[in-house]
Amino acid sequence: MTRVALYAALLGAALLFLIPLYVVGTASLKPLEEIRAGGLFSLPVAPTFAAWAKAWGSACVGANCVGLKGYFLNSWLMALPAVAISVAVGAINGYALTKWWFRGSEFLFGALVVGCLIPFQVILIPAARTLATLGLFGSLSGLVLIHVAYGVPVTTLLFRNFYLTVPDPILQAARLDGAGFFAAFFHVILPLSLPMLAVASILQFTGIWNDFLFGVVFTGPESAPVTVALNNLAGATLGAKEWNVNMAAALIAALPTLVVYFVSGRWFLRGLTAGAIKA
Amino acid sequence: MRLHRRDHWAALLVLVPTVAVAGLFLFGFALWSGWISLTSSTLLPRYDFVGWLQYQRLFAMARWLTAYRNLLVFGVLFIGFSLGLGLLLAILLDRKIRGEGILRTIYLYPMAVSFVVTGTAWRWILDPSLGLQETARGLGWASFSFDWLSDPDRSLYTLVIAGVWQSAGLAMALFLAGLRGIDGEIVKAARIDGAPVWKIYAFILIPLLKPAFATAGILLSVTVIRSFDLVVVLTGGGPGFSSDLPSRFMVEMAFRRDQLGLGAASAMVILATFIAVITPFLYAGRQRAR
Repeated sequence: MTRVALYAALLGAALLFLIPLYVVGTASLKPLEEIRAGGLFSLPVAPTFAAWAKAWGSACVGANCVGLKGYFLNSWLMALPAVAISVAVGAINGYALTKWWFRGSEFLFGALVVGCLIPFQVILIPAARTLATLGLFGSLSGLVLIHVAYGVPVTTLLFRNFYLTVPDPILQAARLDGAGFFAAFFHVILPLSLPMLAVASILQFTGIWNDFLFGVVFTGPESAPVTVALNNLAGATLGAKEWNVNMAAALIAALPTLVVYFVSGRWFLRGLTAGAIKA
Repeated sequence: MRLHRRDHWAALLVLVPTVAVAGLFLFGFALWSGWISLTSSTLLPRYDFVGWLQYQRLFAMARWLTAYRNLLVFGVLFIGFSLGLGLLLAILLDRKIRGEGILRTIYLYPMAVSFVVTGTAWRWILDPSLGLQETARGLGWASFSFDWLSDPDRSLYTLVIAGVWQSAGLAMALFLAGLRGIDGEIVKAARIDGAPVWKIYAFILIPLLKPAFATAGILLSVTVIRSFDLVVVLTGGGPGFSSDLPSRFMVEMAFRRDQLGLGAASAMVILATFIAVITPFLYAGRQRAR
C-alpha cells in the first residue's frame, strides 16, 4: 500500500517535470488557429512543421526577419572555441597546481572559488570597457574571451580536484624516465584525464551555450547568440503573438544542450556536483 | 624526489597567465566597479569622486527598493521550495525504487536548459488568455483563475514557480548523493532499535545531510543572485516594476540608461548581499572539511 503511494508520488512528480516539455513540443507542431482555440494539453489535430521552419528561417528577431539559424550558428562559433580553450587551460592548470607548483596554491585556490561564485554584475561595466579598448566589444571573439576568462576558474578547480586523486608515484616514474613537465602531462596525465575532460566539456558547453547575460551585454544585433535571439523573437511586443513559432524557437535553442544531457546524463551530473563539493 | 628546476619554471609559466587574468578579471574588475560607484559617471566613466552619492540616489529609488525586496522574497521562496522538493524527491527515490535512473533523468533535465527557454515556455503556459487558465475554463471550470503573470502582487511568484521547476532536480541530485554516502550500518542499528522510518529520516539521516544542504544552498544562492535571464524573459520585471530584480536593474541602468555610476553602485550592493548570504554556507562547508 505504501509502495503504491510511493510510486504514485514519484510518477506524479515526473509528470510535473515533463508537462512543460510536452506542452511546448505539441504547441510547436500546431497551426496558429489550434493554439488560439485553447487546449494546452491537446495533441495537434493537423501537425505541421511550419512553425519550426518559420522559427528557423524567417521569424523576426528584432528588426531582422531572418529566423534563428544565423544566431544558432553564432552560438556554436562562440561555444566550441570557448569550451575547447577553457577546458585545455583548466587541465594544464590543474596539473601544474597539484603536481609541480605549491607555493601560494592555497591562495590561488581561494581566488578560483571566488571566480566560480562571483555575481557577474560586479564585473560587467569594467569588462565592457576593457572589450571596447581591445576593439572586441560587440564581436563574437570578445564574447569567447569573456567566457574563457570566467570559465577557466571553474575548469581549473575541476581538474585540480581530479588530479589530487591521481597518485604521485605514477608521475614520479615518468620523471625518472626523464620526462619533463610537458612530456609527463601529455603522455601520462592526459590519458588518465579522459573522464574529467568529458565532464568539464559537458559542464562548460551547457553553461556557455545557455548564457544570456554576457550575450545581451557584450554582443550586437549580428553577433548575438541564440539565447539572446530567442528572447528578441519571443519577446516582440508588436503584432499578434505566434506562440507556436515561439515554442519551436525555444526548442531549437534548447536542443543542443538537451541532446548532450540525454546522451551523457551521468557525466552531466558529475560535472554539476564535482565542482561544488570541494568548495 | 628532486624537482628539475626547468620543469618547476614550466609550471609557473603555465600558471602565470591564469593568475594574471583571474587577478584582473575578478579582483581588478570588482575594485574598478567599486571605484566607478563612487563617481558621477553617466554614459562613460568619469573618474571624479562624489562619495556615497550614487548609493544615496539608489536607496532613494522606489524601483530599486522594490527590486531589492523582490530579491529577498524570491531568494527565500526559491531556495526554500527547491531544497524542500529536492529533499522530498531524494528521500522517495532512496526507498529502493525500480526505474530510479529514468526518474532521476526526468527530474534533472530542466537543468540542461537555459532560463531563457524555461521563461519562454512558462510565459505561454501561464499566459491568462491562452494558457493554463483558459484551458481549465475550457474544460468546464469556469471560475478557475490563474493570472499571476498580469497581477503586480503575484507576478514575482511566477519566477519562483519556473525557477523551482528548473532547479529542484539539482537539489534532489545533491541530496541523493548525500544519502547514498551515509554508512548503512547507522540505519541498520536504528532499525533494530525499532525506530519508524520517518524518525530515522528526521532525526538521523537529514541531520547527516548538512554538507549537501551547504552545497545546494551555495549553488542555489549563486543562481538567485545571477538570475537575470528568467526575470527578463518571463515577466520583463513587470507588470510595471513589480517583479524587477537587482540584476535586471543593474544592466538597465548601466547599459540602457547611461547611468554607469548608479549601475555600479547597485552591483556593489548585490556583491555585498551575496557575501552576506554565502558566508554561513561556506562556513558550514569548511567545518565539515576539518
